[in-house]
Amino acid sequence: MCLAIPSKLISKEGTKGEIEIGNIKREVNLTLLPEVRIGDYVLVHAGFAISKVDEKDVQELLKLLSMADIDLGCGKI
Amino acid sequence: MKYISEFRDHKLARKIALRISRIARSIDREIRLMEVCGTHALAILKFAIKELLPPNINLVSGPGCPVCVTPNQYIDKACIYMQRGFLVTTFGDMMRVPGSQSSLVREKSRGGKVKIVYSPVDALRIAKSYPQEKVIFLGIGFETTAPTVAASILMAEEDGIKNFMVLCGHKLIPPAMKTLVENKRVRIDGFLCPGHVSAIIGSEAYEFLARDYNVPCVVTGFEPLDILQGINLLVSQIYRKEAIVENEYTRIVTQKGNLKAKDLMERVFKVSDSYWRGMGVIKSSGLSINEDYSRYDAQLHYPVEITSFKEKKGCRCGEVLQGLIEPRECMLFGDPCNPSNPFGPCMVSVEGVCNIYYRFGSDHKVEKLNARSN
Ligand code: SF4
Repeated sequence: MCLAIPSKLISKEGTKGEIEIGNIKREVNLTLLPEVRIGDYVLVHAGFAISKVDEKDVQELLKLLSMADIDLGCGKI
Repeated sequence: MKYISEFRDHKLARKIALRISRIARSIDREIRLMEVCGTHALAILKFAIKELLPPNINLVSGPGCPVCVTPNQYIDKACIYMQRGFLVTTFGDMMRVPGSQSSLVREKSRGGKVKIVYSPVDALRIAKSYPQEKVIFLGIGFETTAPTVAASILMAEEDGIKNFMVLCGHKLIPPAMKTLVENKRVRIDGFLCPGHVSAIIGSEAYEFLARDYNVPCVVTGFEPLDILQGINLLVSQIYRKEAIVENEYTRIVTQKGNLKAKDLMERVFKVSDSYWRGMGVIKSSGLSINEDYSRYDAQLHYPVEITSFKEKKGCRCGEVLQGLIEPRECMLFGDPCNPSNPFGPCMVSVEGVCNIYYRFGSDHKVEKLNARSN
């Protein structure tokens, strides 16, 4: 039911939109995510966009993970 | 693919796994972490995450497969609607789930009307195109699906579609997690909280589990690095003897969740008690359609009472769903129960733990190889 792959919103008209995953285009309903913009990456569930990928958070997480050692307050183990 | 390959980096995965091992070693006891969501269970098996973990970390699967926790009575009801001539629309996973006597696929072969849809909006479209039919959508699923069904009911109202109804069987995840931590038989040291349910309800929905039950919770995404980092955060909390809610999946999940979706759910549904397969009735763990939208409630307009129902003999889905046993501990696993001959819902659904173990579980494959070489 749930597509864990973020897909790009390529068109938007009211609550109707279209997403692209790879080369496949699919209709998506935007009722639950009215503020989304064309070009945003969204998570789609049962035909509805439910959340938008936050690019800033992607970069922050990747930076954190690639640091020499991830300090999670456990001290030197 | 964007936002996928970045989170599958082998080197980083190894690094996080190494750190997990170091912390786990200094904890020096068995640590049981439950992944609540079926999609997490799938990713864990598919990417062989367990093989990267030290022996004292045990990942157990939870009740996060919507089809699996839906009890037989619900399927029995859907079959009766088909027998009575209604046009049933459903997500594909429900088709082959065995009920007490029958299944949707069997009713179809007997001439019943059923259509598989990808979205509840498709069910609405079918209702519009076939005004002579009474169309029932099988509304199962958690907080991720419920708002899509709420939105569809509101669309039906707006468009004046009168032949569309929902058999509402939606369930809520946090009350089920509460039931699990209160069950002495199920020992859980930490939860990997479901990513997409959390996209709707927000990470704050798990705060009571950390505060009142002292169970660490981490909301995690579905890629290997997400899951490993989720485990890393959990074992770090356990090491620090702390229980808080952390959010690893901030690129998708916020603290408050999707307010619009929550608002639509509140408009259309009310919270009610709900029966979960294997877990029985859990207080305030389900949704039913509220009075304002009762005209879309199939059960209210065409009541079907199921007085007795039975589970398939020997099927242990109920225990699998609570992390009490692993699928291979079920005597029926693999032979005779497998995806082409499913005994229980956990073997039907692609998010069902038995199905996932059958497809990706290495032990199972090893067993098959041995069988062949004999
Ligand atoms: S292996 Fe089959 S019979 Fe056993 S618990 Fe899973 S679904 Fe039920």
